[in-house]
Amino acid sequence: MDSTKDGANRREFLYLTAGAMAAVGAGTSVWPLVDSMNPAADTLAMASTEVDISKIEAGQTIMAVWRGKPVFIHRRPMNEVTEIRTEDWKTLRDPQSDEDRVQKGHDEWLVLVGVCTHLGCIPMGSKMGQPKGDFGGWFCPCHGSHYDKSGRIRKGPAPKNLAVPAYTFVTDTLLRIG
Amino acid sequence: MAHFGENKNFSNPVVNWIDNRLPIFTMLIKEYGVFPMPRNVNYMWSFGGIAMTMLGIMILTGIMMAMNYTPHTTLAFDSVERTMRDVNFGWLLRYIHMNGASFFFIAVYIHIARGLFYGSYKKPRELLWMFGVVILLLMMATAFMGYALPWSQMSGWGVTVITSMFSAIPLVGDGLVTWLWGGFSVDNPTLNRFYALHFLLPFVILGVVFIHVWALHVTGSNNPTGVEPKTPADTVPFAPYVSTKDSVALVFFLTIFLGVVFFYPLALTEVDHFRKFDPMQTPAHIVPEWYFLPFYAILRAFTMDITIPFTTVVLLPAKLQGVLAMFGSIILLVFLPWLDRNPVKSGRFRPVFKWCIWLLFVDFFVLMYSGAKPPEGLPLIMGQLGTLYYFVLFLVILPVLSFKEKNLPVPASISADPGCCKKH
Repeated sequence: MDSTKDGANRREFLYLTAGAMAAVGAGTSVWPLVDSMNPAADTLAMASTEVDISKIEAGQTIMAVWRGKPVFIHRRPMNEVTEIRTEDWKTLRDPQSDEDRVQKGHDEWLVLVGVCTHLGCIPMGSKMGQPKGDFGGWFCPCHGSHYDKSGRIRKGPAPKNLAVPAYTFVTDTLLRIG
Repeated sequence: MAHFGENKNFSNPVVNWIDNRLPIFTMLIKEYGVFPMPRNVNYMWSFGGIAMTMLGIMILTGIMMAMNYTPHTTLAFDSVERTMRDVNFGWLLRYIHMNGASFFFIAVYIHIARGLFYGSYKKPRELLWMFGVVILLLMMATAFMGYALPWSQMSGWGVTVITSMFSAIPLVGDGLVTWLWGGFSVDNPTLNRFYALHFLLPFVILGVVFIHVWALHVTGSNNPTGVEPKTPADTVPFAPYVSTKDSVALVFFLTIFLGVVFFYPLALTEVDHFRKFDPMQTPAHIVPEWYFLPFYAILRAFTMDITIPFTTVVLLPAKLQGVLAMFGSIILLVFLPWLDRNPVKSGRFRPVFKWCIWLLFVDFFVLMYSGAKPPEGLPLIMGQLGTLYYFVLFLVILPVLSFKEKNLPVPASISADPGCCKKH
């Protein structure tokens, strides 16, 4: 036995290193299997959508489809914008000012991912006659989350405001989401 | 051979030839013929076998239906309707399969209730119980994925709501949900993987059931007194005594099951399960299948964020609390053998525990009712009280009763129990 001073011998060292190598190898071989379940290239390729917004009247909301999810494009009357900006937003659950949720110079356009941040249902309030909740924005029927006219969470179980997707105004009447 | 002792001598030479090479007949006689069963087991002990029968029925009808199913978002709904209308006996296969899921859960819930009441989770059956909890979890996953396959409004939105729960996990949540979906919304990749897993998991369940039954045959069955058999007078051979009794229970159970299949096949199904999935429109009221409702109620019982006192900094959001509580409500069953350490097994001899467990059974239905209603007003409060009792029972009452309860005298043996055995 060629034991070293602290009692570990050659055999133990070989067991340990071979075992560690096998563990790394096993982990590495599992990764392709796990990663194959992530979005595939064709799914990723559907990343952007263009929407004509020339026909949207003030006060109207349309629903576009982006990555299989609905996007609310809401044209707000300017008095509604001024009104919501007077409200105190610092005490909200997910504090964010209305200015931060729209693009400068396009203040009337509110663009939101129409997916409740609680458990993924589509909130109501975009269509005529649908309930808009206690704050005049959107209401999720699944578990009762209320969003305000800026799409911010005000009441109910949802933890976050309705997400604002990345978007650009290609022209004044053409919106590219994604 | 070593495992099952001496080989038996069979008069049939073919059986004998096989048994000498693979002692399968010796094993069957030992485990299902002369296997000693407590002589006092009641009909509550039949539900394990009933559940196993349901698993077999589900696998058989499932495979036949898979031969007519197309896992694609544009074709899935129609392929299921084709099964219903055009495939020979397709309607029967589907009605047996969809109601079979419900009756599988009925059998398993009764089986679990039996285990709870008579303390079947206690030493020496802890591992047997824990494998049972694994089976329950696998069943829930399988049922959930199967419900997705017809790609109806209820399928798609059920999948959306349940998978979105994982987004509550801090940091990795959103990435995890995208990984589960295989995209940015519930779509074709999601349906494909759910189909693959719905096909796979029943066979995993079958494997764990084998382990569960193996562990059972090491310890033997518990019985209504909770006293382990001491002499041969306490037991009877499995066949014909218990096998006959189990058959009677099975026939009763299957009669009710088939009654529902033939006369009320849609009694347990939501109407939105018959509309194709529309990812742009959420149905007004999403409810899971009845067997998930109690856990759904626990999920929704949490409505207030936990913040650092006197600030608005959220420590534990309501959504994360609900998700943790829902999964926790099942995971804590794994630890039940160590939460309840009272040496007496059967609820018969535990005057306080007995009523607490009965109240749990009532609580299960209270939660089920709450889970079926919109989360507001009285149903929400019922759900919150029900959730409170569930956790207080397992985490406070049972540990306290382990040491504080005044147990009634336990009979010296199964045969000595006055309620046990009629003299013939």
